[in-house]
Amino acid sequence: MSETGHQHALSYVRADMLPQQEPPVSHSGPIKWVRENLLSSPLNVILTVISLYVLYAVLSGLIPWFFNSVWDARSLNECREVFLATGATGGGGACWAVLQERGIQLIYGFYPADLYWRPNLTFILFFVAVAPILYSDRLPSQMLWFTALYPFLMPWLLWGGSFWVPILVIAGLVVGYLAWMVGSRIGGSILGGIAGIVFAILWWLFAVPTLNDSIHRVVGNMRVDQVVAESTARLETLGPELTGLETRRESVRDEIAELEAIKAQAFAPIEEAVEIARETAELAFYEEEGVDPETDQIGPGLRERAEEEGQHAASAAARDPALNTVRATFLNAVDGLTEMRNEVNEISSQINIMQSERSDTEALLLNIEQLPDRLEEIERLQESATTPGAISELESVQDVVSQTYTEMGRIGLTPVESREFGGFMLALIIGLSGIILSLPLGILLALGRQSDLFLINKVSVAFIELIRGVPLIVWLFTAQLLLNYFLPPGSNFDLLLRVIIMVTLFASAYIAEVVRGGLAALAKGQYEAADALGLDYAKSMRLIVLPQALKISIPGIVNTFIGLFKDTTLVVFIGLLDPIGLSNSIRSSTDWNGIYWELFAFIGLLFFACCFSMGRYSLSLEKKLNREHR
Amino acid sequence: MKASVFFGAMTVAGLASVAASAATLDDVKARGTLNCGVTTGLAGFSTPDANGVWEGFDVAMCRAVAAAVLGDPTAVEFVPTTASTRFTALASGEVDMLSRVTTWTFSRDVDLKFEFTGTTYYDGQGFIVLRELGVTSAKELSGATVCIRTGTTTELNLAEFFRINNMEYEPVPVETNSEAQQQYLAGACDAYTTDASGLAATRASFENPGDHVILPEIISKEPLGPLVRHGDNDWGDVVRWTVNALLTAEELGVTSANVEQLAADGSDNPEVNRLLGTDSDLGAMLGLESDWAVNAILAGGNYGEIFEANIGESTPIGLARGLNALWTEGGLLYSPPFR
Amino acid sequence: MSAISEPQAEGFRLSQLIYDTRYRSITIQTVALILIVAGVWWLVSNTIQNLEALGRDFDFGFLGQPAGYDINQLLIEYDSQSTHGRAAVVGILNTLLVAFIGCITATVIGTIAGVLRLSKNWIVARLVAVYVEGFRNVPLLLWIVLIFAIVSESTPHPRDFAGGEASMLFNSIAITRQGTWTPAPVWGDGSLALVIIFILSIVAIIGFRMFARRRQEATGEILPVLWISLGLLILPSLIAYFILGGPVTLDYPETGRFRFEGGLLVRNSLIALWLALSLYTGSFIAENVRGGILAVSGGQTEAASALGLRPGRTMNLVVLPQAMRVIVPPLISQYLNLTKNSSLAIAVGYMDARATLGGITINQTGRELEGMLLLGLFYLIVSLAIASVGNFYNASVKLKER
Repeated sequence: MSETGHQHALSYVRADMLPQQEPPVSHSGPIKWVRENLLSSPLNVILTVISLYVLYAVLSGLIPWFFNSVWDARSLNECREVFLATGATGGGGACWAVLQERGIQLIYGFYPADLYWRPNLTFILFFVAVAPILYSDRLPSQMLWFTALYPFLMPWLLWGGSFWVPILVIAGLVVGYLAWMVGSRIGGSILGGIAGIVFAILWWLFAVPTLNDSIHRVVGNMRVDQVVAESTARLETLGPELTGLETRRESVRDEIAELEAIKAQAFAPIEEAVEIARETAELAFYEEEGVDPETDQIGPGLRERAEEEGQHAASAAARDPALNTVRATFLNAVDGLTEMRNEVNEISSQINIMQSERSDTEALLLNIEQLPDRLEEIERLQESATTPGAISELESVQDVVSQTYTEMGRIGLTPVESREFGGFMLALIIGLSGIILSLPLGILLALGRQSDLFLINKVSVAFIELIRGVPLIVWLFTAQLLLNYFLPPGSNFDLLLRVIIMVTLFASAYIAEVVRGGLAALAKGQYEAADALGLDYAKSMRLIVLPQALKISIPGIVNTFIGLFKDTTLVVFIGLLDPIGLSNSIRSSTDWNGIYWELFAFIGLLFFACCFSMGRYSLSLEKKLNREHR
Repeated sequence: MKASVFFGAMTVAGLASVAASAATLDDVKARGTLNCGVTTGLAGFSTPDANGVWEGFDVAMCRAVAAAVLGDPTAVEFVPTTASTRFTALASGEVDMLSRVTTWTFSRDVDLKFEFTGTTYYDGQGFIVLRELGVTSAKELSGATVCIRTGTTTELNLAEFFRINNMEYEPVPVETNSEAQQQYLAGACDAYTTDASGLAATRASFENPGDHVILPEIISKEPLGPLVRHGDNDWGDVVRWTVNALLTAEELGVTSANVEQLAADGSDNPEVNRLLGTDSDLGAMLGLESDWAVNAILAGGNYGEIFEANIGESTPIGLARGLNALWTEGGLLYSPPFR
Repeated sequence: MSAISEPQAEGFRLSQLIYDTRYRSITIQTVALILIVAGVWWLVSNTIQNLEALGRDFDFGFLGQPAGYDINQLLIEYDSQSTHGRAAVVGILNTLLVAFIGCITATVIGTIAGVLRLSKNWIVARLVAVYVEGFRNVPLLLWIVLIFAIVSESTPHPRDFAGGEASMLFNSIAITRQGTWTPAPVWGDGSLALVIIFILSIVAIIGFRMFARRRQEATGEILPVLWISLGLLILPSLIAYFILGGPVTLDYPETGRFRFEGGLLVRNSLIALWLALSLYTGSFIAENVRGGILAVSGGQTEAASALGLRPGRTMNLVVLPQAMRVIVPPLISQYLNLTKNSSLAIAVGYMDARATLGGITINQTGRELEGMLLLGLFYLIVSLAIASVGNFYNASVKLKER
């Protein structure tokens, strides 16, 4: 019984496994995800609903504006015409055409178009220069030599000049190093340090300009005939080239005028149809509302609704298939016009370059011609110059002469005035040079703030707090309005240079705080170990403390850079043409007067892309450093 | 005095410029370029085009001066300045002259130590309002919100106008003309006040210019003109007489088209000959070449041509000559004789 | 004896100034002092020479001259005949106002965003992340300009209210593209008594809270502090208001020729600046808050649960006090940044200290040296004041550390 029972019972036991069932619908796949992530509690449901609404509100406004846009047009009015002709609803979308014409300007400012490779190269080399710092574990440390060279290379690439200029400047470091060696042999490390700094500064202040001038004179004297021959030849070819370009420009302009006429002809019937439709619809609306637009006072709200009605009717009328052929003609004409005007712009840009080359060459030839007279005049004046007027005359003649030699003797890159710098490039240059130049000062300030020496400590603290306590915009105004008061009478240099100096001082206070954080985060044992080894202060800092502290500080430095980079937009208030300043200039041209969101959206996106990627990098580095520390 | 030498690569790269000295004319000649302060952007007066070439009425004045001094109208560095930085830029020597819709006032001339070298545009402060408001006079603006460019004389005029008429108003200060236009169109202010020329230029660029009216009242005198530093009379003379040359050229019918021919062949009119340097050498007295005026006129034409090309009725700005016609045509422009 | 005293007998040698650590620090500091004094002297003498060359003087007398310009937002009385000095004070008060309200809203926004970014709700967390990254990575100046444009373009025109196309919120608040009008309180007779009663009730709340804490420490009994505080805050003032016969009335805005008349006007420049500053700073504070909460290790929460604390109390008594220590120092520096960033007010025409003292006044009088000096001094004082509050807090938190 039991046996059979057992067997019987066994027949109810499954011998094989049941196939695994799908989990209930509510616990798998997207539904589970939605339940867990969006609807887990009443509060979450509310939050989800609110978020979805916000998303809808933003996107429903943004997406049509963004996609309902015009890329080919030459002015805001032409954009509006295209919107009208295509019957774009809601008055049309974005007029991105402004970026087609001015996008490059927003990025490079007025930098000569044929020299764009220089800022590009500077920018690329910057990554090469920082790579060994940012990826110190993957790249050979020999690359750090390039990093050290970069701060000298960067201004040369951007501003141009003879190739030996950066070399002379770098030589200042060598001079300082030699002086330090000699000084510390004689009088110990402190004397060595002072000697090094003093000699380097003396070198930069006096030897570099003199040497530079002399080299230019020597090279210039050697090349006089060559330069004259070349310049004359160039002038000869420039003339016909310019006339050629000008006739080409004229012919394109004629074509433009023809196409303009075709465009106007095609646009007229569309505009007429649209206007009639709009007026009829508005009148019908007013009639429905029981008001007479001729006699009654109409509130702006009512008018707006009427205009909306009119707009609807207008877009419908514009899309009327009967207008298809004229519309196609019109749109083709707009496309063609844009292309031709782009061509005109391109030719004009070449003409500009050539014209400035011509006037530069002519001026140079004239100066060379007058060079012997001027040299004589200098001699004459040097003998007799006693009155202030004569001295000033002498100096101004000397200036012309040395400028002529600089022109003749230059072997290197064409100089670019800093006034031509602008746009996004300007923001990058100010930000980058601010950070690079502020590093040494920032480190010194951080060490000063950690120092036990009362005076040094207090001065560092006072400087840091003073800088950090006052907004950057006030410092920029100081650079613009006051820096000339603080410098020796008569000295006057470039606004961009003044801004870079001020931004450097500003950034150094922030860098100092970041480095101080790094110094404080370093284990105390490191300091003690350095002392135990018998290293003096300079050596312990240089060999033990700073390398480690700076490494921890990199994320903070990157963050400071992001902040500084964003803050460079403030230079618009002192008249530098950064992206925002340029957007003001663009909006003041008659073609683009009234354009707004497109420019700011573009500028915002550029900044976002840069800052966001740097922020991500700094975050990942921070995480990596945290892992290494544990 | 020579620039204090500044260390580093930047100096030598040509950044440290020659200092402002007592003799601006010598400096400009030595430098080979004229540094001219303009606005950061004002339609018709100074704006950079897509290639970074500056255009406009104020810009044309700079070019004329550059042509007169250096013989080359392109030898100008345009320095964009804001309303609040313009005077420092001039005082510190960063620019040689300011051609930046700047009103000639007593305190600027005397207290701020500048020298105005004539009036290139007689302007006055006006108001623009929406037509649908039904306002016909500025005296009806009591209680209105008014957009105003900060840092300009218009700000003071506005305060005075409303105070003496016992009216209330709410100022909305803005930095630039384009910003003011944006604010006004958005309805953040009921009226916008600035120089009437600026109002006309602004109105011309609206989508529906007919919806806006410029009120008839002109509440101030705004003589706009180039200015230089006080105390450098030689340089002041150069700028002043370049402007006068442009005016006289218009008066005598000398244009950019016929000036070269007139200079070569001479004219029956002795004043034309004096102006163009064929008869006497007025240029040498200024420290310039004898054909200085020819170059100045060639740069952008005489005053009338400059006006027509940049802000005249054929341009989108569409300004009538009005007060800015020559005195012979009922305007205020009057150049002292070239003799 | 003689052997020991021998070095002393040698006396002081000059080289000791460099090699002897006792004197070396003095040497370095003396050199530094000389350099600093020389530097300052150089700057000052340059300035004096330059001023002389320009024919200018250094004189604060301009502060007493009539300013001649009008300011829209006034916290104290001012008209165009008032002095430049008074205009500067108006600007300073406006700066302080926007900085103060900006700090409060930035904290609120930042805290909410920081907590929400940690939310398990996918959409909310992403949306907040977009907000935080969007604001952190785009220049504040752009945000101020954009928010101002959005605020003025998305709201109805004051004239629409007259035509009935737009209506006021609660029949009393009008949000327009020129600003927001709200009813303004009118202080009638007896309002002083009301204010005194209100202040007294706040004092009572503080007293009650201290009492409740002592009671909790002594007996472990927890009083319903929140409800009683709320009651104390509202009830006495409300009763007094009715007993005194409604001394405080409201002045409602009414439509006028161009815009509203009466009521209290909060201008769009203030609203836009305030919003932009708080949203921008809020995005930074959100990251601080998130970091602070993440910094409290999970073990703390688990230990609190093991002790039987409810989630609300766990947050209040365990997590927050620890997180605050991480959050507050950067929070203070964010307040500092916000205050300094308020100097961008000129972008929207808000008349802060930078716009009056550092802008129009300098421009009209040509006193840039004096004006910038005063302006810098003002910001420095405000920053130092905020920083010292932060230091005070840090010090007080440090004491509790064991």
